[in-house]
Order: sequence, then structure tokens, then C-alpha cells
Amino acid sequence: MGKTFVEKILGKKAGKEVVPGEIVMVEPDRLMSHDNSAAISKKFKSIGIKNVAYPDRIVIILDHCVPAASEKYATNHKVIREFVKEQGIRNFFDIHNGICHQVFIEKGFALPGNLILGSDSHTTSYGAVGAFSAGIGRTEMAALYATGELWLKVPQSYKIVVTGKFPAGVSAKDLILHIIGTIGSDGALYKSVEFTGETISDMSVSDRIILSNMSAEMGAKNGYFAPDDKTREFLKGKTDEGYEEIYPDEDAEYERILKFDVTNLSPRVAKPHTVDNVSHIEEVKGIKINQALLGTCTNGRLNDLEAAAKILKGKKIHPDTRMLVFPASQEIMLEAMKNGTLQILAEAGAVLMNPGCGPCLGAHEGTLAPGEVCITTANRNFKGRMGCKEAFVYLASPETVAASAIKGEIADPREVI
Amino acid sequence: MIKGKVWKYGDDINTDVIFPGKYTYTVTDSNEMAQYALEDLDPDFSKNVKQGDIIVAGKNFGCGSSREQAVIALKEAGISAIIAPSFARIYYRNAINEGVPLLENSEAPEHIEHGDEITIDLDKGEIINAQGKVFKFPPLPPSVQEIMNAGGLIPYVKKKRMTEVG
Repeated sequence: MGKTFVEKILGKKAGKEVVPGEIVMVEPDRLMSHDNSAAISKKFKSIGIKNVAYPDRIVIILDHCVPAASEKYATNHKVIREFVKEQGIRNFFDIHNGICHQVFIEKGFALPGNLILGSDSHTTSYGAVGAFSAGIGRTEMAALYATGELWLKVPQSYKIVVTGKFPAGVSAKDLILHIIGTIGSDGALYKSVEFTGETISDMSVSDRIILSNMSAEMGAKNGYFAPDDKTREFLKGKTDEGYEEIYPDEDAEYERILKFDVTNLSPRVAKPHTVDNVSHIEEVKGIKINQALLGTCTNGRLNDLEAAAKILKGKKIHPDTRMLVFPASQEIMLEAMKNGTLQILAEAGAVLMNPGCGPCLGAHEGTLAPGEVCITTANRNFKGRMGCKEAFVYLASPETVAASAIKGEIADPREVI
Repeated sequence: MIKGKVWKYGDDINTDVIFPGKYTYTVTDSNEMAQYALEDLDPDFSKNVKQGDIIVAGKNFGCGSSREQAVIALKEAGISAIIAPSFARIYYRNAINEGVPLLENSEAPEHIEHGDEITIDLDKGEIINAQGKVFKFPPLPPSVQEIMNAGGLIPYVKKKRMTEVG
């Protein structure tokens, strides 16, 4: 019987054949953490070991509250800067670089066939290039700093097959919201999810990241895309490290195979306060918004900014609405600067922010007031998520967010393109 | 044996309502975290929770962020165990590392009410509700139980290191 992707990669790392349910010890190729590295360093020091086992496997990217919003955040960053110096951690990216998941991928740390663990739930993102990547807690990261190894349970696998071509104004974000709305926020709990099908083959790596990123929102352990020519092209120039692509066997056994067709897909919106509370655009259009947010690790890449700019070009954001733009990384910001995308967004009245997580987790830079409504391209709409438990967060595509910003209410992007 | 009063909640209780993101870098002392536990879901919780109390909830408890404070805040507030039909995977791992028992049972939550006094026998793998009805929960895999027994991953790594060195 054939093996799924996760059975193959965990088997390879464990040095034996593995089956779902089995617990294996593995040594990850890379470890990712962000502003929580200060807490990790404290935990690490409590073990009583002086030096981290493998400094070059550690990647630290500051993004959660950059630049620091207060003395407390500033001190947190300072602790991390001192720790990376003291431990000789070369792969450190300070506050100007961007959101951890985007920077990690851009700098070539996410490679096919790699096993990556990160102390952030959206570490699932790196599956877009064919890696196994999963989120862990900060204590586990501290233990990994010390020993380089951690236990993982071999999960069951789901296969999600996507067919059809996206209609105009509908994109990968609508697809993943549709999938999560269909199977629920625990629809793939503990599972390894493999995305496949003609729509996936046609999809850019940038859009695949939206799906792997939000795999966390259906409870998945990881989300995987088989590496192809698009992946290889994407990785060119990003790394000089070799990598071994890993594919599932043709006769692998899946616990569930789910099929989706995007041919007639309409824009989708996740309503407050859960990601699986998904509606068709028709059911929510007309709801007044106070803030529109474009960016985050889910939808802050160049093609996302361009898709919004296409809709906002020559138009103005509604006077009762404010719009914030957070490019996912400095590299993206520079490209969007060069090709005029940022100019279009600024002329429409958007506030251009620095690459980073912004108000996504409620820390700073655009948090909400009681009773306010925000439509965002982010991945979570939990109560209190954007800093206020009496605010309402809707999740949508860049196209829907841009159309809504113009109208001052949730709007159907197909009506403005 | 654990005996405690029940706080009952619904499905998909996420880490943002357990411990809001806005505090993740500003509230850093474990004992300070307790006062913010479940702030956005149930403001009465932190005021009235007692040492040894138990949370009984619906499916997918702890979904969302990887933040460990969502486990620590409840532990510091006095929570001795959490019962739910399923737990989000990172939350589950974090709880093992904090030594908080998470007990999976899909039937028990339907037979336990808010405010009930219930009993948990960790050795036997049993939850006993207020009416005396018994529900079973599966044991942890032995290798993971070893981490839990050591008091979490950091004490486990320390202990292992001592054995290797010694």
C-alpha cells in the first residue's frame, strides 16, 4: 500500500516506516519563531544549557508588534536581539523585513521535503512549496533549541481535489473560505491535508500560500502542495541549498477525499466570530464597514495588493471608511512601490503601513472601537481579535475588501470590475 | 482524583477569547495571566473561579493561535482539567507541557451542567458526573505520558539531560 506525503516525510525523518497514530521523534530542518522568541529564550535558559544545539536551524523574524508600540514590546525585542547575538543565530530578521511566514519563504528557508516547526499556528504556510510545516508551542521551541528534536504524531491524511477555473473577481481566498465553511473549523482537525487538482496546478505559489496558511483554520496539522515547475521557478535564486522533493504515492490511502469545483464559486465572506461562519457575498453585502484591511500573512503579497489596486484605481475610499494596507514583506513593499501599486492605493485614500502583522492580533496599528466593523483579508475573525471584544471582523478576499472600501459597506467585487 | 465545580462552554472556544492577543506581550507573568482568562467570553470566570475547578466544553477547544498563555492563564486561574469532545492540536501539545490534563470524551459534555460537581480519576481514565454516570477517556501514549509525568517538556528535557550526563 502506498504512503501519503506525511507518512513519507515523517518516515524519512524518523528513519523507519511509519503509520498514522504512531509517535515519532524527529529533527526539524528549520525552526521558526517571531516576537515570542524572548519568552522562548527565557524558557531555554531555564533548562540550564548554555548554547543552542543548532544555531543555523533557527530563524527569528520580528513582526508581531513592529515597530514596538510600548516599552514592554521594545524590551521584548531587545531581549531577542541580545539572544541572537549571544547564541550566534545568523538568521535573524529585524523589524523592517515583514511578516514571519512571508519572510521565511522569501529568504529560501521553506524548501520542498523539509520538516519545519514554528511557534506560530500559521506555520502551516510552508506546505505551499512542498514542505511539512506545523505549529508548536513556545515551550516546545525552547526544548528544540536545546536538543534539536521533538515528538510528532503521524496524522491521518485528507486529500482536497479542486477543479475548474475561477470566475472573474473570485480568487483563492474565496476558495479556502468556501472549504472551511463547508467542512468546519475542526473539519480537518489533527489531519495532514494535501491539495491537488487542475485548479491547484494552475495556481501561483503565492495563492497556494493562502490555502496552506488557512489550513490551520480547519484544524489541520499541515497543508501540502506537491512541488511542480511553478515551485521550482519560485525557489530559483532564493536558496543555494539542495532539496529533495517528496510526493505522495499514487495508491496512498486517504481517510477522506473532498472535491470542490470553483467554476461557479461566488465571493465568500466569513462573518464574526468564527472562520467557518461563511456566507455568500449576497447574504452580507450592504453591511456598513468602518475599516478595510488589506495585507497580513494570508493576503499581503504583490498579486493581492495588485488585485485591490485594480479595483481602487482612480476611485476614492468611502468617506466613512478608513483603509489600511500592510504589505507582507519589505520585498513586496518595494516591488509594489516600483510598479505603482502603492501609489494607486494611497491616491484612493488608503493608509500605507509598514510590513508586519499590524492589528491582526489586536496589538496595535489600527485596532477597533466598540461597535465597529472591519473587513479584512486576514485569517481570523475571533471575538476580540482586533483588540476589541465588541467589534466585528469579517474575512474576505483582497477584491472584496477593495470593493467594500469604495462603497463603505460589504460589496460584491464582481460589480466593480 | 480531581474533584471540582464545572464551568461549561460551547464549541470552538478559541485562544483569543481564552487569552486575548493584545495581552500576549504585555502580560508576561504567569500569575498575572489568570485575571484575563476568558475575559472576552465570560467576564465572571476570573472573578469566581476556584482552585480545582474544571472546564467542560464543546468540540475543538483551544483552536486558533499557538499562544501558551491560553493554557497557563486557565491553569493559574485554578483549572485542574478540561473535558471536551476534541481539542485543537497545538493547544493539546501546550497543555501536556504545562501538565494540564485534557480529557477527550464526546458524550460527557452532554451530561454535565454548568456548576455541577464532578470527579475525574486520571489513573482509571474516568469522568464521573454529578449523577454518578461514568465516562471513559483514552490514556495518553506512553512516551507522551512520560513528558506529562515529568511535569512538562522542560522538566523532562532537564531530567533526561541529567540522566545522560550523570
